[in-house]
Amino acid sequence: MKKHKFTIAVSGLNAIDSPGPGVAVIRGLREADSFDVRIIGFSYESLEPGIYMHDVVDKTYQIPYPTAGTDALLARLAYIHDIEKLDVIIPNFDAELYSFMKLEDTLKAMGINMFLPTIQQFEERHKVNLPEFGKKYDINVPFSKSIFSTSEIYSLNNEFVFPMVIKGKYYDASIAYNLEQAKSYFNKISAKWGLPIVVQQFVHGTEYNVTGLGDGKGNTIAAVPMRKQYITDKGKAWGGISIDDKRMIALTEKFVSQTKWRGGFELELMKGQDNEFYLLEINPRMPAWIYLAVGCGQNIPEALVNLAMGEEVAPYTDYVKGRMFIRYAWDMIVDIDEFHEISTKGEL
Amino acid sequence: MEKLRYERPVIKKLETGMPNKFGLRTEYAPMTHIDGVAVKKLIEDYGSPLYVISESTIRSTYKKAKKAFSTRYPKVQFAWSYKTNYLNAVCNVFHQEGSWAEVVSGFEYEKAIRNGVDGKKIIFNGPDKTADDLRKAIQNESLIHIDHLDELYTILELTEELEKRPKVAIRVNMDTGIYPMWDRFGFNYENGQAWDALNKIMRSGKLELMGLHCHIGTFMLTASAYAVAAGKLADLAIGIQEKYNHSIKYIDLGGGFASKNTLKGAYLPGSDTNPTFDDFAEAISTTLLNCNFRNNELPLLILETGRALIDDAGYLLGTVIANKRTSMGKRTTILDIGVNLLFTAFWYDHKITPAQPFTHYTETTQLFGPLCMNIDVVRENIDLPLLNKGDHLVVHQIGAYNMTQWMQFITLRPNIVMIDMESKVHLVRENEKIESITNHERMPEHLKNFEL
Amino acid sequence: MKINKNIAISDSGFVFNPVNGESFSVNPIGAEIIDMMKTEKSYEEIHKTLISKYNADEATIEKDYFDFVGLLKQHNLIDNNEEA
Repeated sequence: MKKHKFTIAVSGLNAIDSPGPGVAVIRGLREADSFDVRIIGFSYESLEPGIYMHDVVDKTYQIPYPTAGTDALLARLAYIHDIEKLDVIIPNFDAELYSFMKLEDTLKAMGINMFLPTIQQFEERHKVNLPEFGKKYDINVPFSKSIFSTSEIYSLNNEFVFPMVIKGKYYDASIAYNLEQAKSYFNKISAKWGLPIVVQQFVHGTEYNVTGLGDGKGNTIAAVPMRKQYITDKGKAWGGISIDDKRMIALTEKFVSQTKWRGGFELELMKGQDNEFYLLEINPRMPAWIYLAVGCGQNIPEALVNLAMGEEVAPYTDYVKGRMFIRYAWDMIVDIDEFHEISTKGEL
Repeated sequence: MEKLRYERPVIKKLETGMPNKFGLRTEYAPMTHIDGVAVKKLIEDYGSPLYVISESTIRSTYKKAKKAFSTRYPKVQFAWSYKTNYLNAVCNVFHQEGSWAEVVSGFEYEKAIRNGVDGKKIIFNGPDKTADDLRKAIQNESLIHIDHLDELYTILELTEELEKRPKVAIRVNMDTGIYPMWDRFGFNYENGQAWDALNKIMRSGKLELMGLHCHIGTFMLTASAYAVAAGKLADLAIGIQEKYNHSIKYIDLGGGFASKNTLKGAYLPGSDTNPTFDDFAEAISTTLLNCNFRNNELPLLILETGRALIDDAGYLLGTVIANKRTSMGKRTTILDIGVNLLFTAFWYDHKITPAQPFTHYTETTQLFGPLCMNIDVVRENIDLPLLNKGDHLVVHQIGAYNMTQWMQFITLRPNIVMIDMESKVHLVRENEKIESITNHERMPEHLKNFEL
Repeated sequence: MKINKNIAISDSGFVFNPVNGESFSVNPIGAEIIDMMKTEKSYEEIHKTLISKYNADEATIEKDYFDFVGLLKQHNLIDNNEEA
């Protein structure tokens, strides 16, 4: 039987040293058993490598930055949809998710499907809200607190033991070993990302990650745990291995069933010296290493598209353990005309 | 042969790490007309700069807010916050829509009375009410919201000389999880100040305790704080009911609702992220409906929101005075609009659009006002089409505070017009003349003459 | 004042300087000016052409022209050594 062909737009084509998930997601889609694809790339910058990978992306359009507002984004999407007749959009940047969630109903009415977390899920998993999240869903999180001024740091001595992690509202984190460092990181990070600053108890241990997919009704459609084997100086995994840890799977299923999570996600976990898992952060989208899950037998991008199209999707129950990914860099040769096209016309 | 429309030549380096706006349509469409009236014509007739107020936007915004609350809660009353914009024409649009008046000074109180507002429908807030102000308010049976104990004692003293029984409420401040906590106004909830003040009022026997008031902050970006506030006020009301068998008539949650403006430093535009009237109404109504008021005697819900009701209705029109470059080559444009007229430029990244068509070529520009002051910056960084000297611009969403906090610094304040529902333009405040200022000055005899 | 001759300029306003690998985008009137400079038209000729073609006063065109040339210099697109 001939497979149906979907036109799917994917962002996060920045396959650089701190990569976006786009290219990995597309590889999963291209290997899907249940459909064929035409891939539309959404780019923000003209040097995102995915733009120039013509066996990965069929056609790329630049889209406006989230700061331009949803009206500008919608106008651009309408223009693209008019030409390409999009079936599904998979946004892959944290910063753009809010705008796409806002537009979900409007796009649905235009015939464009997405499978994203709800705004409530998106907000409550935010690191500022993580302590309440942990309490509400009975999930171990490191003790943390939002603070608004450096004077509050002195009182932290009673509640925290050094080291502690000083985190910005959106990005950035530094480990402070004493009050002076905590104060200096507070000033540095707040200058960049504003207030509040999140102070989190540092948990000694080993970092683990799980990527998965929730169907929005509480069912875990996919879940693959991984331990990072090699970490770049930007903190990104450059190599990792799928592992067989029942407790991580149980924790993931608990997270999905309690929150009724809708869409792809990544849980960042730390296994403390007390042998307990602590949830450090919830990323509301597929991670850059998502292709490992595909390689282990769980094609999460494919399942996500089927869910977006309103199909029933049976949960994956198994995956290959002990399979590795090793990331590599590759120099493409690109004609300047292509750079010129995307830079001046916003399309390639 | 007809000549082509001129656009100044510009060349822009393609920054590989940065998005290139060329090739994409610019983010804003030009704003050539406001409510059907051409911006060009407005400036021709009334000069530049010029404030423009859209009556239809005021009315439709008010209706949206009213609907959001009244579909969720049975008894709702808005009171127009005079300090936000006390132009009489603006106040009267709100009064026609059914708003009471909310004032914070003797001056505003007098304005409301002169506008013809029934004294019983004036809410008198603020820390500075003189004995004379209070006397007037008591005689008119206005609702006096007490800010501190000194005010309470002054009112008690006044009851000795006046026949009337003053109608009062207290302003309560509280922790709603919002930073900064506004604890300088009113009586604190958590430490028991508010409860003490209420007991003093009830035991005095001389005052009519009408309501409870709070105002938790300004430009609130989370609706849930209002749910906390409503819950705490309801708690006090139920306490009074139980202890004194006295039913509070109203709960006044003040204002502070964010408008759709974008705060400086915000990543996403305010129009996308700031809560809507429905969000605020949902948080407040749900809380009040779930409180255990006796016999289901729900208090009247009063709202004093100002900014969110008027910001969208105000525009400031201006003109390009000059284009320059800084020593580093950065484009700067000088406008005839400065922070004297656009006070809110200090905390918002105002949306600014040209008033004439343009191409998709843009330049990153710093917008300066005309004042001889370094702080006179309208936008630090904005991608604008290539404007020529004499081109017009529209600054959006400036209806709140700019026409009350403006400064008469080195120049005179311009005209304000209102466009009515039929697109007719009315002058509602005439531009100042030099006499508007000098008429108030007095010259000592010995300084009248000099020789240079 | 001479523009670097080997600068490539495309119809869509993409400018590439092969000497240092920098790329630029230019609007149509800017491209027109660069083209005229490449054919070694004098300022007076360029000015005249622009005046006859566009709806703007002489002062504006003159001011904007020199502003533009300033940008070309800043971006090393004008050979400063041969400046007249």
